[in-house]
Amino acid sequence: MVSETMTTNTMTADPILKVEHLSMRFGGLMAINDFSFEAQRGEITALIGPNGAGKTTVFNCVTGFYKPTMGMITMRQKGGKEFLLERLNDFEITRDAKVARTFQNIRLFSGLTVLENLLVAQHNTLMKASGYTVLGLLGLPGYKKAAAESIEVARHWLEKADLIERADDPAGDLPYGAQRRLEIARAMCTGPEVLCLDEPAAGLNPRESLALNELLRSIRKESGTSILLIEHDMSVVMEISDHVVVLEYGQKISDGTPDHVKNDPKVIAAYLGVEDDEVEEVIEEIEEIEGTVGGTH
Amino acid sequence: MSNISHSPESAGGNLTARALREGIFAGIVALGLFVLFVGLETTQNIRNELVLNQRWGLLAIFVAVAAVGRFLTVAYIRPWMDARKAAAKAPVEADESFFKRNFSKIAIVALLIYPPLMVMLFGVQGSLKWVDNFGIQILIYVMLAWGLNIVVGLAGLLDLGYVAFYAVGAYSYALLSQYFGLSFWVLLPLAGILAAFWGMILGFPVLRLKGDYLAIVTLAFGEIIRLVLINWTEVTRGTFGVSGIPKASVFGIWSFDVGAPNNFAKVFELPMSSAYYKIFLFYLILALALLTAYVTIRLRRMPIGRAWEALREDEIACRSLGINTVTTKLTAFSIGAMFGGFAGSFFAVRQGFVSPESFVFLESAIILAIVVLGGMGSLVGIAVAAVVMVGGTELLREMTFLKAIFGPDFTPELYRMLIFGLAMVIVMVWKPRGFVGSREPTAFLKERKAVSGSFTKEGHG
Repeated sequence: MVSETMTTNTMTADPILKVEHLSMRFGGLMAINDFSFEAQRGEITALIGPNGAGKTTVFNCVTGFYKPTMGMITMRQKGGKEFLLERLNDFEITRDAKVARTFQNIRLFSGLTVLENLLVAQHNTLMKASGYTVLGLLGLPGYKKAAAESIEVARHWLEKADLIERADDPAGDLPYGAQRRLEIARAMCTGPEVLCLDEPAAGLNPRESLALNELLRSIRKESGTSILLIEHDMSVVMEISDHVVVLEYGQKISDGTPDHVKNDPKVIAAYLGVEDDEVEEVIEEIEEIEGTVGGTH
Repeated sequence: MSNISHSPESAGGNLTARALREGIFAGIVALGLFVLFVGLETTQNIRNELVLNQRWGLLAIFVAVAAVGRFLTVAYIRPWMDARKAAAKAPVEADESFFKRNFSKIAIVALLIYPPLMVMLFGVQGSLKWVDNFGIQILIYVMLAWGLNIVVGLAGLLDLGYVAFYAVGAYSYALLSQYFGLSFWVLLPLAGILAAFWGMILGFPVLRLKGDYLAIVTLAFGEIIRLVLINWTEVTRGTFGVSGIPKASVFGIWSFDVGAPNNFAKVFELPMSSAYYKIFLFYLILALALLTAYVTIRLRRMPIGRAWEALREDEIACRSLGINTVTTKLTAFSIGAMFGGFAGSFFAVRQGFVSPESFVFLESAIILAIVVLGGMGSLVGIAVAAVVMVGGTELLREMTFLKAIFGPDFTPELYRMLIFGLAMVIVMVWKPRGFVGSREPTAFLKERKAVSGSFTKEGHG
């Protein structure tokens, strides 16, 4: 069951998210081809790769926005409850399996205030508290208490994301970096066990990137949420992740600690390309590792 | 010509002089332009001779309109617009007057005393027109627009067939009271439930559709309901409609049927008049409309209401937060439809007659126009828009004084829709987000700040 190419030695026997033999085909295009990896509980796992490698497609499969052509995605919650994500609808994955996500192009509710954005994220908790609207409409105290609690949860995350000053402003009015943080705070308000972030540092300046690192670290430390991350910004990836998976042309080319991945010749070749006269050399090296013919061009 | 815009107060007297100058100039230009077009008219008389008619009076009106218009534009309208523009840059809620803050309370009190006031002013019979044609008519549209507002304004689902639910409500009351003799108070909730049920039926097939496609399917749905009403003659009596629909009673205590022993006028020993019934209906529709508003306001602060608004803003983000968009859309459709059903059964009881003629597409369009004109999602804005649209068109029927200006052949009724359309275009150019473009947040940490309309989305599905 466990993927054979695992090389990391920090592995514990408690994977929270297990992706096995995942394939996704769009017409004639094989976007992901037999891709397997595991994300460990309480770790930050980064998924990197050149543009068009299929990272966001993996995300969309994990979070249910795409139905994978093949493969199995298992989510194991703290209590040991397991969910097969490929069988769930996208909203059920957040609601029941507790996997939340953000988007590459920010998707906030721009006409709602920052606070309201965080309250919408607590929809399911509040829905139950309000007796699916009926009891809440009658003005029962149970809902009022839950509503007050939800505002406290929102306040907590606003302070974390350093947005408390802007709580009553429309989300669309925030600067770009703050919108990124708000989207993460909003995803956290759903109470996830796995947080999937699609390029959270895209478009951030170095200072904002640092603040993001801090936010992600504190999320992991304080709420114990595991993080799955797509990122191009290597200062973020190498700094905070415990485990890096590299994807190219829909296939996994490397998997391990940041240091291991950084020095993997296949990764270097994929990212930087190689000189013409080195191609032979690299191909040989790859063949050595993989035992197949013609890995990369 | 227009460099006065930035210093309106520094040049108070200067401005008037300038406006006067520009006004006279515009008058001269208009005179030059129109003297031959308007001032002189050539016609043929009965012997085919060319006759030159002189229309100096009309020419004077043209010139005066140009001159006065230019004067007013330069002296008042433009400085006012500049001041408004400057004020718009300042925070929205800088200084709201007492009237503005308590607008809804004042409006409700005014509506409560409206019928007695009309009776006092115009007498029992004279009040009929004001209570029925204006009061009830407008309130029905207010209620319908508030109901549609849940679907279009909050959830952002463009529904062009809302009148279908209105029809379902009306026919529910008309037919069930005819066939089973049930009373209004039993059938009112039942009509709402039936309409909500049809809202769900409509909701299911259109869940996957967005924007234009959704609009077309809802439009088709509205037409299907109407065609069923026309063609299912055994039950609905087709185009003849259902007549003799029983009147509502005051919770069964007092009746408004002429022969009944507990007739309202008889019990209170008042002279017989249909005005009492209309006044009762006025309060009834007022109560129904206020119920709609109350429920809408409460729902907006509930998770379901927030989910509707979130759905309008971004459906994919909603799903990523674990919100079941299917049930969210269905509840929006069915609750909106339910209020349409209430309004429909009220319509049936008020008219005493329903026919498919009352539920044509134009009705849907008017209700939608009220919602858009009022500002999507804003109850106050929509109420104002309903008064302007429905009251305005009713008022245009009364404009007999226009005959004094345009001659005795002028029938204002004919120009009603023209003026109405023109007014809509002007309002939408002037306020593209409707009368109330901003949105009230449903929760706040420190202070409640209205969200400017430039951030909210119209929804696309």
